[in-house]
Amino acid sequence: MSDIPTQLKYTKNHEWVETLEDDTVRVGITDHAQDLLGDMVFIELPEVGDDVSAGDECAVVESVKAASDVYSPLSGEITAVNTDIAESPEIVNQSPYENGWLFELKPYAPAEFDDLLDADAYNELAETDDH
Amino acid sequence: MKQTVLHSEHLKLDAKMVDFGGWHMPINYGSQLDEHHQVRRDAGMFDVSHMTVVDLHGGGVRSFVKYLLSNNIDKLTAAGKALYTCMLNKEGGIIDDLIIYYMSHDSFRMVVNAAMREQDLAWIRQQAAGHDVDIKERDDLAMIAVQGPNARVKAHTALGAEATAKCKGLKPFSALNHKGIFIARTGYTGEDGYEIMVPNAEAPALWQALLDNGVKACGLGARDTLRLEAGMNLYGSDMDEGVTPLASGLAWVVAFEPAERDFIGRRALETQRAQADHDLLVGLVLEGRGVLRNHQKIFANGKCVGKITSGSFSPTLGHSIALARVGRNIKDHCEVDMRGKLVTVRIVKPPFVRHGKSCLA
Repeated sequence: MSDIPTQLKYTKNHEWVETLEDDTVRVGITDHAQDLLGDMVFIELPEVGDDVSAGDECAVVESVKAASDVYSPLSGEITAVNTDIAESPEIVNQSPYENGWLFELKPYAPAEFDDLLDADAYNELAETDDH
Repeated sequence: MKQTVLHSEHLKLDAKMVDFGGWHMPINYGSQLDEHHQVRRDAGMFDVSHMTVVDLHGGGVRSFVKYLLSNNIDKLTAAGKALYTCMLNKEGGIIDDLIIYYMSHDSFRMVVNAAMREQDLAWIRQQAAGHDVDIKERDDLAMIAVQGPNARVKAHTALGAEATAKCKGLKPFSALNHKGIFIARTGYTGEDGYEIMVPNAEAPALWQALLDNGVKACGLGARDTLRLEAGMNLYGSDMDEGVTPLASGLAWVVAFEPAERDFIGRRALETQRAQADHDLLVGLVLEGRGVLRNHQKIFANGKCVGKITSGSFSPTLGHSIALARVGRNIKDHCEVDMRGKLVTVRIVKPPFVRHGKSCLA
Protein backbone atom coordinates (compact mmCIF):
# COMPACT_ATOMS: atom_id res chain seq x y z
CA MET A 1 0.00 0.00 0.00
CA SER A 2 1.49 3.30 -1.00
CA ASP A 3 1.78 6.42 1.10
CA ILE A 4 -0.71 9.23 0.25
CA PRO A 5 -0.35 12.23 2.62
CA THR A 6 -3.72 13.88 3.28
CA GLN A 7 -2.42 17.48 3.27
CA LEU A 8 -1.37 17.29 -0.41
CA LYS A 9 -3.33 17.60 -3.64
CA TYR A 10 -2.87 15.19 -6.54
CA THR A 11 -3.32 14.77 -10.29
CA LYS A 12 -4.48 11.72 -12.19
CA ASN A 13 -0.98 11.59 -13.73
CA HIS A 14 0.47 10.81 -10.27
CA GLU A 15 1.92 14.20 -9.43
CA TRP A 16 1.47 15.74 -5.98
CA VAL A 17 1.09 19.46 -5.23
CA GLU A 18 1.97 21.16 -1.95
CA THR A 19 1.03 24.78 -1.29
CA LEU A 20 3.94 26.61 0.35
CA GLU A 21 3.70 29.61 2.67
CA ASP A 22 4.51 32.16 -0.03
CA ASP A 23 1.66 30.84 -2.23
CA THR A 24 4.04 29.10 -4.60
CA VAL A 25 3.54 25.35 -4.96
CA ARG A 26 5.94 22.45 -4.85
CA VAL A 27 5.46 19.49 -7.20
CA GLY A 28 6.71 15.92 -7.18
CA ILE A 29 5.62 12.41 -8.12
CA THR A 30 3.70 10.18 -5.74
CA ASP A 31 4.97 7.19 -3.81
CA HIS A 32 2.70 5.05 -6.00
CA ALA A 33 4.35 6.46 -9.16
CA GLN A 34 7.91 5.90 -7.95
CA ASP A 35 7.00 2.38 -6.89
CA LEU A 36 5.55 1.59 -10.34
CA LEU A 37 8.58 3.00 -12.13
CA GLY A 38 11.24 1.46 -9.89
CA ASP A 39 14.83 2.66 -9.51
CA MET A 40 15.27 6.15 -10.98
CA VAL A 41 18.37 6.72 -13.10
CA PHE A 42 17.88 10.07 -14.88
CA ILE A 43 15.75 13.10 -14.18
CA GLU A 44 15.23 16.05 -16.53
CA LEU A 45 13.90 19.21 -14.91
CA PRO A 46 12.46 22.43 -16.33
CA GLU A 47 14.44 25.66 -16.05
CA VAL A 48 13.76 28.35 -13.52
CA GLY A 49 11.83 31.09 -15.31
CA ASP A 50 10.05 28.71 -17.70
CA ASP A 51 6.36 29.43 -18.25
CA VAL A 52 4.25 26.30 -18.15
CA SER A 53 0.57 25.59 -18.66
CA ALA A 54 -1.41 23.03 -16.71
CA GLY A 55 -0.93 19.67 -18.46
CA ASP A 56 2.36 20.61 -20.16
CA GLU A 57 5.15 18.05 -20.16
CA CYS A 58 7.75 19.82 -18.10
CA ALA A 59 10.00 17.11 -16.65
CA VAL A 60 10.99 13.52 -17.35
CA VAL A 61 11.67 10.86 -14.75
CA GLU A 62 13.46 7.85 -16.16
CA SER A 63 13.88 4.59 -14.27
CA VAL A 64 15.65 1.38 -15.16
CA LYS A 65 12.27 0.25 -16.45
CA ALA A 66 10.78 3.22 -18.33
CA ALA A 67 10.81 6.94 -19.07
CA SER A 68 7.80 8.88 -17.87
CA ASP A 69 6.74 12.47 -18.55
CA VAL A 70 5.81 14.68 -15.65
CA TYR A 71 3.01 17.16 -16.41
CA SER A 72 2.67 20.48 -14.72
CA PRO A 73 -0.40 20.32 -12.47
CA LEU A 74 -0.96 24.06 -12.75
CA SER A 75 -0.13 26.99 -15.01
CA GLY A 76 2.62 29.24 -13.77
CA GLU A 77 6.25 30.24 -13.73
CA ILE A 78 8.90 27.80 -12.53
CA THR A 79 10.57 29.37 -9.50
CA ALA A 80 12.86 26.55 -8.32
CA VAL A 81 14.06 23.10 -9.33
CA ASN A 82 15.54 20.38 -7.13
CA THR A 83 19.08 20.00 -8.45
CA ASP A 84 19.89 17.36 -5.82
CA ILE A 85 17.73 14.79 -7.59
CA ALA A 86 19.40 15.45 -10.94
CA GLU A 87 22.63 14.33 -9.26
CA SER A 88 21.07 11.53 -7.19
CA PRO A 89 17.84 10.34 -8.81
CA GLU A 90 17.39 7.63 -6.17
CA ILE A 91 16.23 10.36 -3.76
CA VAL A 92 12.90 10.32 -5.63
CA ASN A 93 12.51 6.64 -4.72
CA GLN A 94 13.61 7.13 -1.14
CA SER A 95 11.68 10.30 -0.34
CA PRO A 96 9.05 11.10 -2.97
CA TYR A 97 7.21 13.69 -0.83
CA GLU A 98 10.12 15.37 0.93
CA ASN A 99 13.66 15.45 -0.47
CA GLY A 100 12.52 14.06 -3.80
CA TRP A 101 10.41 17.03 -4.91
CA LEU A 102 10.90 18.08 -8.55
CA PHE A 103 10.12 21.77 -9.00
CA GLU A 104 8.28 24.78 -7.58
CA LEU A 105 6.10 27.18 -9.48
CA LYS A 106 4.16 30.40 -8.96
CA PRO A 107 0.62 29.66 -10.17
CA TYR A 108 -1.13 32.10 -12.51
CA ALA A 109 -4.63 30.64 -12.30
CA PRO A 110 -5.84 29.79 -8.78
CA ALA A 111 -9.07 28.36 -10.22
CA GLU A 112 -7.07 25.41 -11.54
CA PHE A 113 -6.67 24.18 -7.95
CA ASP A 114 -10.27 22.97 -8.19
CA ASP A 115 -9.21 20.42 -10.81
CA LEU A 116 -6.78 18.73 -8.42
CA LEU A 117 -7.69 15.58 -6.49
CA ASP A 118 -7.69 15.20 -2.72
CA ALA A 119 -5.98 12.25 -1.04
CA ASP A 120 -9.14 10.11 -0.98
CA ALA A 121 -9.83 10.59 -4.67
CA TYR A 122 -6.21 9.89 -5.54
CA ASN A 123 -6.18 6.80 -3.35
CA GLU A 124 -9.16 5.45 -5.27
CA LEU A 125 -7.39 6.11 -8.57
CA ALA A 126 -4.14 4.49 -7.41
CA GLU A 127 -6.01 1.40 -6.25
CA THR A 128 -7.78 0.85 -9.57
CA ASP A 129 -4.40 1.33 -11.20
CA ASP A 130 -3.05 -1.63 -9.24
CA HIS A 131 -5.52 -4.05 -10.80
CA MET B 1 -0.19 -18.34 -12.53
CA LYS B 2 2.46 -20.98 -11.99
CA GLN B 3 4.63 -20.82 -8.89
CA THR B 4 8.08 -22.19 -8.21
CA VAL B 5 8.75 -24.14 -5.04
CA LEU B 6 10.44 -20.98 -3.67
CA HIS B 7 7.36 -18.79 -4.16
CA SER B 8 6.62 -18.43 -0.45
CA GLU B 9 10.27 -17.50 0.20
CA HIS B 10 9.88 -14.55 -2.17
CA LEU B 11 6.73 -13.41 -0.41
CA LYS B 12 8.50 -13.69 2.94
CA LEU B 13 11.19 -11.33 1.61
CA ASP B 14 8.49 -8.91 0.46
CA ALA B 15 9.41 -9.26 -3.20
CA LYS B 16 7.63 -7.30 -5.89
CA MET B 17 6.03 -10.11 -7.87
CA VAL B 18 5.12 -10.00 -11.56
CA ASP B 19 3.69 -12.25 -14.25
CA PHE B 20 6.78 -13.55 -16.02
CA GLY B 21 5.65 -15.68 -18.94
CA GLY B 22 2.89 -17.24 -16.86
CA TRP B 23 5.04 -17.60 -13.73
CA HIS B 24 4.55 -15.49 -10.61
CA MET B 25 8.16 -14.37 -10.13
CA PRO B 26 10.09 -11.72 -8.16
CA ILE B 27 11.12 -8.73 -10.28
CA ASN B 28 12.96 -7.20 -7.31
CA TYR B 29 13.07 -7.34 -3.52
CA GLY B 30 13.20 -3.55 -3.10
CA SER B 31 15.81 -2.14 -5.46
CA GLN B 32 16.88 -3.63 -8.77
CA LEU B 33 19.97 -1.40 -8.76
CA ASP B 34 21.11 -2.59 -5.32
CA GLU B 35 20.60 -6.20 -6.39
CA HIS B 36 22.59 -5.62 -9.56
CA HIS B 37 25.52 -4.16 -7.59
CA GLN B 38 25.25 -6.97 -5.05
CA VAL B 39 26.00 -9.50 -7.80
CA ARG B 40 28.82 -7.44 -9.35
CA ARG B 41 30.48 -6.76 -5.99
CA ASP B 42 29.64 -9.69 -3.70
CA ALA B 43 27.08 -12.46 -4.14
CA GLY B 44 23.42 -12.63 -5.11
CA MET B 45 21.01 -15.41 -5.97
CA PHE B 46 18.11 -15.85 -8.36
CA ASP B 47 15.27 -18.33 -8.30
CA VAL B 48 15.37 -19.70 -11.84
CA SER B 49 13.27 -22.76 -11.10
CA HIS B 50 10.85 -21.71 -13.83
CA MET B 51 13.45 -22.76 -16.40
CA THR B 52 12.90 -26.12 -18.04
CA VAL B 53 15.34 -28.95 -17.43
CA VAL B 54 15.20 -31.80 -19.95
CA ASP B 55 17.20 -35.02 -19.64
CA LEU B 56 17.99 -37.01 -22.76
CA HIS B 57 19.01 -40.60 -22.36
CA GLY B 58 19.64 -43.59 -24.60
CA GLY B 59 21.98 -45.33 -27.00
CA GLY B 60 21.19 -42.85 -29.78
CA VAL B 61 21.54 -39.70 -27.70
CA ARG B 62 24.92 -38.52 -29.06
CA SER B 63 23.94 -38.72 -32.70
CA PHE B 64 20.58 -37.13 -31.87
CA VAL B 65 21.94 -34.01 -30.13
CA LYS B 66 24.58 -33.62 -32.83
CA TYR B 67 21.69 -33.40 -35.29
CA LEU B 68 19.41 -31.30 -33.05
CA LEU B 69 21.81 -28.50 -32.03
CA SER B 70 23.89 -25.89 -33.89
CA ASN B 71 26.92 -26.34 -31.66
CA ASN B 72 28.76 -29.67 -31.60
CA ILE B 73 28.69 -31.72 -28.40
CA ASP B 74 31.84 -33.52 -29.57
CA LYS B 75 33.60 -30.47 -28.05
CA LEU B 76 32.58 -31.87 -24.65
CA THR B 77 35.35 -34.28 -23.81
CA ALA B 78 34.67 -34.97 -20.13
CA ALA B 79 31.53 -35.76 -18.18
CA GLY B 80 30.07 -32.62 -16.59
CA LYS B 81 31.24 -30.23 -19.30
CA ALA B 82 28.69 -27.72 -20.58
CA LEU B 83 28.12 -26.12 -23.98
CA TYR B 84 26.02 -23.09 -24.97
CA THR B 85 24.13 -23.64 -28.20
CA CYS B 86 21.11 -22.78 -30.29
CA MET B 87 18.38 -25.12 -31.43
CA LEU B 88 17.37 -24.13 -34.97
CA ASN B 89 14.54 -24.79 -37.36
CA LYS B 90 15.20 -25.85 -40.94
CA GLU B 91 15.41 -22.20 -42.05
CA GLY B 92 18.17 -21.55 -39.52
CA GLY B 93 15.80 -19.55 -37.25
CA ILE B 94 16.41 -19.85 -33.53
CA ILE B 95 13.80 -21.99 -31.77
CA ASP B 96 15.63 -21.49 -28.49
CA ASP B 97 19.05 -21.03 -26.94
CA LEU B 98 20.13 -23.45 -24.25
CA ILE B 99 22.91 -25.00 -22.24
CA ILE B 100 23.60 -28.68 -22.68
CA TYR B 101 25.57 -30.71 -20.13
CA TYR B 102 27.36 -33.94 -20.96
CA MET B 103 26.30 -36.25 -18.12
CA SER B 104 27.58 -39.63 -19.28
CA HIS B 105 28.20 -41.58 -22.49
CA ASP B 106 24.46 -42.06 -22.97
CA SER B 107 22.90 -39.07 -21.26
CA PHE B 108 22.77 -35.28 -21.65
CA ARG B 109 20.92 -32.56 -19.77
CA MET B 110 19.54 -29.43 -21.42
CA VAL B 111 18.26 -26.26 -19.75
CA VAL B 112 15.88 -24.33 -21.99
CA ASN B 113 13.83 -21.14 -21.60
CA ALA B 114 10.67 -21.40 -19.52
CA ALA B 115 8.64 -19.42 -22.04
CA MET B 116 9.60 -21.90 -24.79
CA ARG B 117 8.86 -25.06 -22.81
CA GLU B 118 5.93 -26.40 -24.86
CA GLN B 119 7.38 -25.52 -28.26
CA ASP B 120 10.79 -26.92 -27.35
CA LEU B 121 9.50 -30.20 -25.97
CA ALA B 122 7.22 -30.69 -28.97
CA TRP B 123 10.08 -29.94 -31.37
CA ILE B 124 12.55 -32.20 -29.58
CA ARG B 125 10.06 -35.08 -29.47
CA GLN B 126 9.22 -34.62 -33.13
CA GLN B 127 12.87 -34.62 -34.17
CA ALA B 128 13.68 -37.58 -31.92
CA ALA B 129 11.43 -39.92 -33.91
CA GLY B 130 13.61 -42.76 -35.17
CA HIS B 131 16.41 -42.05 -32.67
CA ASP B 132 17.04 -44.28 -29.66
CA VAL B 133 16.51 -41.51 -27.12
CA ASP B 134 14.28 -41.06 -24.13
CA ILE B 135 13.17 -37.48 -23.31
CA LYS B 136 12.29 -36.60 -19.75
CA GLU B 137 11.35 -33.22 -18.32
CA ARG B 138 12.80 -32.77 -14.84
CA ASP B 139 10.13 -30.66 -13.14
CA ASP B 140 11.13 -32.36 -9.90
CA LEU B 141 14.16 -30.04 -9.82
CA ALA B 142 14.33 -26.44 -8.63
CA MET B 143 17.19 -24.19 -9.72
CA ILE B 144 19.02 -21.43 -7.84
CA ALA B 145 21.67 -19.32 -9.60
CA VAL B 146 24.26 -17.99 -7.12
CA GLN B 147 26.38 -15.34 -8.83
CA GLY B 148 29.11 -12.85 -7.97
CA PRO B 149 32.78 -12.65 -7.06
CA ASN B 150 32.08 -14.18 -3.63
CA ALA B 151 29.28 -16.48 -4.79
CA ARG B 152 31.23 -19.72 -4.82
CA VAL B 153 32.79 -19.27 -1.41
CA LYS B 154 29.43 -18.40 0.13
CA ALA B 155 27.68 -21.25 -1.68
CA HIS B 156 30.30 -23.68 -0.41
CA THR B 157 29.47 -22.82 3.20
CA ALA B 158 25.78 -23.33 2.47
CA LEU B 159 26.34 -26.64 0.67
CA GLY B 160 28.55 -28.15 3.39
CA ALA B 161 32.07 -29.56 3.64
CA GLU B 162 31.57 -32.65 1.53
CA ALA B 163 30.12 -30.76 -1.44
CA THR B 164 32.76 -28.05 -1.04
CA ALA B 165 35.57 -30.58 -1.36
CA LYS B 166 34.11 -31.75 -4.66
CA CYS B 167 33.26 -28.28 -5.98
CA LYS B 168 36.54 -26.52 -5.26
CA GLY B 169 38.26 -27.82 -8.37
CA LEU B 170 35.24 -27.37 -10.63
CA LYS B 171 36.26 -25.51 -13.80
CA PRO B 172 34.14 -22.81 -15.49
CA PHE B 173 31.38 -24.31 -17.65
CA SER B 174 31.59 -27.63 -15.79
CA ALA B 175 29.18 -29.40 -13.47
CA LEU B 176 29.04 -32.26 -11.00
CA ASN B 177 26.48 -34.29 -9.11
CA HIS B 178 26.57 -34.46 -5.35
CA LYS B 179 23.89 -36.53 -3.60
CA GLY B 180 21.18 -35.59 -6.05
CA ILE B 181 22.25 -31.93 -6.25
CA PHE B 182 23.60 -30.82 -9.63
CA ILE B 183 26.13 -28.01 -9.28
CA ALA B 184 27.21 -26.20 -12.45
CA ARG B 185 29.78 -23.41 -12.68
CA THR B 186 27.67 -21.50 -15.19
CA GLY B 187 25.50 -18.39 -15.15
CA TYR B 188 23.87 -15.51 -16.95
CA THR B 189 25.50 -12.49 -15.32
CA GLY B 190 29.12 -12.30 -16.48
CA GLU B 191 30.27 -13.18 -12.95
CA ASP B 192 31.63 -16.36 -11.45
CA GLY B 193 29.18 -18.60 -9.59
CA TYR B 194 26.99 -21.64 -9.72
CA GLU B 195 23.66 -22.71 -11.07
CA ILE B 196 22.43 -25.31 -8.62
CA MET B 197 19.70 -27.79 -9.47
CA VAL B 198 18.20 -29.30 -6.38
CA PRO B 199 15.19 -31.57 -5.71
CA ASN B 200 12.12 -29.38 -5.10
CA ALA B 201 11.76 -30.54 -1.49
CA GLU B 202 15.32 -29.44 -0.63
CA ALA B 203 15.20 -26.07 -2.39
CA PRO B 204 13.74 -23.91 0.43
CA ALA B 205 16.40 -25.15 2.89
CA LEU B 206 19.20 -24.41 0.41
CA TRP B 207 17.71 -20.95 -0.29
CA GLN B 208 17.64 -20.25 3.45
CA ALA B 209 21.20 -21.55 3.94
CA LEU B 210 22.41 -19.25 1.16
CA LEU B 211 20.59 -16.27 2.74
CA ASP B 212 22.17 -17.15 6.11
CA ASN B 213 25.59 -17.06 4.46
CA GLY B 214 25.14 -13.54 3.12
CA VAL B 215 23.90 -14.30 -0.37
CA LYS B 216 21.18 -11.72 -1.10
CA ALA B 217 18.03 -12.56 -3.03
CA CYS B 218 17.95 -10.80 -6.42
CA GLY B 219 15.03 -10.45 -8.81
CA LEU B 220 14.63 -10.96 -12.51
CA GLY B 221 15.04 -7.20 -13.08
CA ALA B 222 18.67 -7.32 -11.97
CA ARG B 223 19.15 -10.56 -13.86
CA ASP B 224 18.21 -8.71 -17.05
CA THR B 225 20.59 -5.75 -16.56
CA LEU B 226 23.38 -8.14 -15.54
CA ARG B 227 23.01 -10.32 -18.62
CA LEU B 228 22.77 -7.25 -20.87
CA GLU B 229 26.02 -5.84 -19.45
CA ALA B 230 27.57 -9.26 -20.01
CA GLY B 231 26.45 -9.07 -23.66
CA MET B 232 24.29 -12.17 -23.37
CA ASN B 233 21.23 -12.46 -25.58
CA LEU B 234 17.71 -12.81 -24.23
CA TYR B 235 15.46 -15.16 -26.16
CA GLY B 236 12.35 -13.40 -27.45
CA SER B 237 14.07 -9.97 -27.41
CA ASP B 238 17.43 -10.33 -29.14
CA MET B 239 16.54 -13.44 -31.10
CA ASP B 240 13.62 -15.59 -32.14
CA GLU B 241 12.52 -17.99 -34.87
CA GLY B 242 12.77 -15.25 -37.48
CA VAL B 243 16.53 -14.68 -37.14
CA THR B 244 19.60 -16.88 -37.36
CA PRO B 245 22.58 -17.13 -35.00
CA LEU B 246 24.69 -15.34 -37.64
CA ALA B 247 22.41 -12.30 -37.33
CA SER B 248 22.36 -12.59 -33.53
CA GLY B 249 26.03 -12.39 -32.58
CA LEU B 250 26.04 -16.15 -32.14
CA ALA B 251 28.13 -17.38 -35.07
CA TRP B 252 30.40 -18.89 -32.40
CA VAL B 253 27.70 -21.37 -31.36
CA VAL B 254 27.38 -22.71 -34.90
CA ALA B 255 29.90 -25.50 -35.51
CA PHE B 256 30.24 -25.72 -39.29
CA GLU B 257 33.19 -28.06 -38.80
CA PRO B 258 33.31 -30.99 -39.28
CA ALA B 259 31.58 -30.50 -42.61
CA GLU B 260 29.98 -33.96 -42.51
CA ARG B 261 27.95 -33.22 -39.34
CA ASP B 262 24.39 -32.65 -40.52
CA PHE B 263 22.42 -30.46 -38.10
CA ILE B 264 19.01 -28.88 -38.43
CA GLY B 265 19.35 -25.50 -40.13
CA ARG B 266 22.81 -26.19 -41.51
CA ARG B 267 21.98 -25.69 -45.18
CA ALA B 268 20.17 -22.40 -44.58
CA LEU B 269 23.08 -21.07 -42.51
CA GLU B 270 25.63 -22.08 -45.15
CA THR B 271 23.66 -20.13 -47.74
CA GLN B 272 23.39 -17.11 -45.46
CA ARG B 273 27.09 -17.27 -44.64
CA ALA B 274 28.02 -17.40 -48.33
CA GLN B 275 25.73 -14.48 -49.22
CA ALA B 276 27.17 -12.48 -46.32
CA ASP B 277 24.55 -9.74 -46.51
CA HIS B 278 22.70 -10.44 -43.27
CA ASP B 279 22.25 -8.01 -40.36
CA LEU B 280 24.49 -8.11 -37.32
CA LEU B 281 23.79 -7.82 -33.61
CA VAL B 282 25.97 -5.08 -32.13
CA GLY B 283 26.38 -3.25 -28.86
CA LEU B 284 25.39 0.40 -28.43
CA VAL B 285 26.68 2.82 -25.83
CA LEU B 286 25.05 6.12 -24.89
CA GLU B 287 27.40 8.07 -22.66
CA GLY B 288 25.01 10.99 -22.21
CA ARG B 289 21.69 11.11 -20.40
CA GLY B 290 18.70 8.96 -21.22
CA VAL B 291 18.07 5.25 -21.55
CA LEU B 292 18.01 3.24 -24.77
CA ARG B 293 14.89 1.05 -24.92
CA ASN B 294 13.76 -2.07 -26.77
CA HIS B 295 12.31 -1.43 -30.26
CA GLN B 296 13.78 2.06 -30.70
CA LYS B 297 14.76 2.63 -34.33
CA ILE B 298 18.32 3.14 -35.51
CA PHE B 299 19.29 5.57 -38.23
CA ALA B 300 22.40 6.18 -40.33
CA ASN B 301 22.59 8.92 -42.98
CA GLY B 302 18.87 9.59 -42.53
CA LYS B 303 17.85 6.00 -43.22
CA CYS B 304 16.39 3.48 -40.78
CA VAL B 305 18.99 0.70 -40.57
CA GLY B 306 17.82 -1.38 -37.63
CA LYS B 307 16.39 -1.41 -34.15
CA ILE B 308 17.28 -1.98 -30.54
CA THR B 309 16.55 -5.49 -29.34
CA SER B 310 17.46 -4.93 -25.65
CA GLY B 311 18.13 -1.54 -24.14
CA SER B 312 18.53 -0.52 -20.53
CA PHE B 313 20.55 1.42 -18.02
CA SER B 314 23.88 -0.15 -17.10
CA PRO B 315 24.22 0.21 -13.33
CA THR B 316 27.91 -0.74 -13.44
CA LEU B 317 28.81 1.82 -16.13
CA GLY B 318 26.36 4.50 -15.02
CA HIS B 319 24.91 5.07 -18.49
CA SER B 320 22.75 3.32 -21.03
CA ILE B 321 23.73 0.35 -23.18
CA ALA B 322 21.86 -1.75 -25.70
CA LEU B 323 21.99 -4.63 -28.11
CA ALA B 324 20.75 -3.78 -31.59
CA ARG B 325 20.30 -5.52 -34.89
CA VAL B 326 21.63 -3.34 -37.71
CA GLY B 327 22.72 -3.55 -41.32
CA ARG B 328 26.21 -5.00 -41.60
CA ASN B 329 27.75 -1.83 -43.04
CA ILE B 330 26.90 0.31 -40.03
CA LYS B 331 30.14 1.10 -38.20
CA ASP B 332 31.40 3.25 -35.31
CA HIS B 333 28.36 5.48 -34.74
CA CYS B 334 24.66 5.63 -35.50
CA GLU B 335 21.62 7.55 -34.32
CA VAL B 336 18.74 6.29 -32.21
CA ASP B 337 15.23 7.75 -32.23
CA MET B 338 14.72 8.31 -28.51
CA ARG B 339 11.27 9.65 -27.80
CA GLY B 340 11.27 11.68 -31.00
CA LYS B 341 14.86 12.94 -30.76
CA LEU B 342 17.77 11.53 -32.76
CA VAL B 343 20.66 10.81 -30.41
CA THR B 344 24.13 9.69 -31.53
CA VAL B 345 25.43 6.50 -29.94
CA ARG B 346 28.67 4.55 -30.23
CA ILE B 347 28.76 1.05 -31.71
CA VAL B 348 30.81 -1.48 -29.74
CA LYS B 349 31.38 -5.20 -29.62
CA PRO B 350 29.70 -6.77 -26.56
CA PRO B 351 30.29 -7.63 -23.73
CA PHE B 352 30.09 -4.30 -21.91
CA VAL B 353 31.09 -5.63 -18.47
CA ARG B 354 32.88 -8.78 -17.31
CA HIS B 355 33.84 -9.75 -13.77
CA GLY B 356 32.79 -6.39 -12.40
CA LYS B 357 34.88 -4.34 -14.85
CA SER B 358 34.06 -2.29 -17.92
CA CYS B 359 35.09 -3.83 -21.24
CA LEU B 360 34.66 -0.53 -23.09
CA ALA B 361 37.67 1.19 -24.60
